Amino acid sequence: MSKEPIRLQTPLTGEGNESLRTGDVVLISGVLFTARDAAHARIKEAIENGGSLPFDPEGQIVYFTGPAPARPGHALGPAGPTTASRMDPYSPLLIERGLKGMVGKGVRSEAVLQSMREHGCVYFGAVEGTAALLADRVKEAEVVAYEDLGAEAIRRLVVEDFPVVVVNDLHGGDLYREGRERWRRVR
Amino acid sequence: MREIEATRVTEAVRDLCIEANTRLPESHLTALRRALEEEESPLGREVIERLLQNADVAKQRCIAFCQDTGYAVFFVEMGSEARVTGGGLGEAIDEGVRRGYEEGYLRKSIVRSPIDRTNTGDNTPAVVYHEPVAGKGLKLTMLVKGAGCDNMSALKMLTPAEGVEAMKDFVVETIERAGPNASPPLTVGVGMGGPFEKAALLAKKALTRPSGEPNPDPDLAELERELLDRINATGIGPAGYGGTQTALAVHVESFPTHIAAFPVAVNLDCHSHRTAFSEL
Repeated sequence: MSKEPIRLQTPLTGEGNESLRTGDVVLISGVLFTARDAAHARIKEAIENGGSLPFDPEGQIVYFTGPAPARPGHALGPAGPTTASRMDPYSPLLIERGLKGMVGKGVRSEAVLQSMREHGCVYFGAVEGTAALLADRVKEAEVVAYEDLGAEAIRRLVVEDFPVVVVNDLHGGDLYREGRERWRRVR
Repeated sequence: MREIEATRVTEAVRDLCIEANTRLPESHLTALRRALEEEESPLGREVIERLLQNADVAKQRCIAFCQDTGYAVFFVEMGSEARVTGGGLGEAIDEGVRRGYEEGYLRKSIVRSPIDRTNTGDNTPAVVYHEPVAGKGLKLTMLVKGAGCDNMSALKMLTPAEGVEAMKDFVVETIERAGPNASPPLTVGVGMGGPFEKAALLAKKALTRPSGEPNPDPDLAELERELLDRINATGIGPAGYGGTQTALAVHVESFPTHIAAFPVAVNLDCHSHRTAFSEL
């Protein structure tokens, strides 16, 4: 955005994530897996029952979104980020299994942040409400699990220069907290 | 008695669903452009620029500018000298929502109940509030309400002794607590008075007022300005990345209340602020 963007190619690694800092503008190319409330609930169930995961989280990024239907000729319908905190109870399960990035909007719980720092996972913000622009960066989309969930099914997206900002890095940085402190007016 | 065919209502509702989800109202675009000029944070300005670009792309391609195409909320003002024929009004509205969400490639986001979370598959039922008015008209006001910001809304039963200062604090606290989650810059609906549910309904209805149009009551208009200033002092900013434009507008609606009561409700709307109107 305001700084020169950093280009990231998936899969990510914990070592590579070390260099990212809160406020960095990042363009992601590669693969994102979509999952939101219902898909996360099923992932948890699968883990608890010893079932198989819908995708191997090692090095991957989860994008918290439930797209609108695509018009003919579009890879994916409008797809902006949803509120990430609803996934807080589930995210550590994937982070412990190798997940290295999450894309969403809104604040995360302390438990999630701690798990992220421990396992080298970064939380990126996408600008919510720019669903039409974000969908433009999606080149391919394919449902890979839980098709019956419709918009909430897990999709494998191939993206090019998908624009995000680092919200929580591995060093305790928090864009929401720092941004608010920077611009708060004392009355 | 004027008769209005149910099929006309259905068609109007279909069109409203598509219009509201693919075109931001002009008053809201104006508010966003003003916020772009006034925002002091570079990252904040960048966010607002993207919102404006996104609105352009959505309009050109007739696609939803936000994937959360929300609850379909309608305020229906039915004239005392008009009636709907050839079917019920409620059914006609639901049919319009069904068609609009299917034909407009809009996401179906409604589940059967908070416990049984099976998707209803067509975004019905619509959420309909009826307001009897005089005359022969039928006016439909649609608000598309996303859940992210609705989830951060709040209601408090204040005491008369706590008064207006506590009310202002509660509004600002609600926005502080919402932080980035409600997707600022926000439109803030505040309802006060009546019993419990009236305050909530007024807060929702306040969101349908054209962006930034002040309350006709000068005291309430002053209250709106003061609240907007306090909200924009929080520093939350566009997308919560920090900045001076946390809200675009505060709309306050008031209703008489009980000698023992001071209810206040705050309904937040994200920057995808979607309203549309139709008069039959």
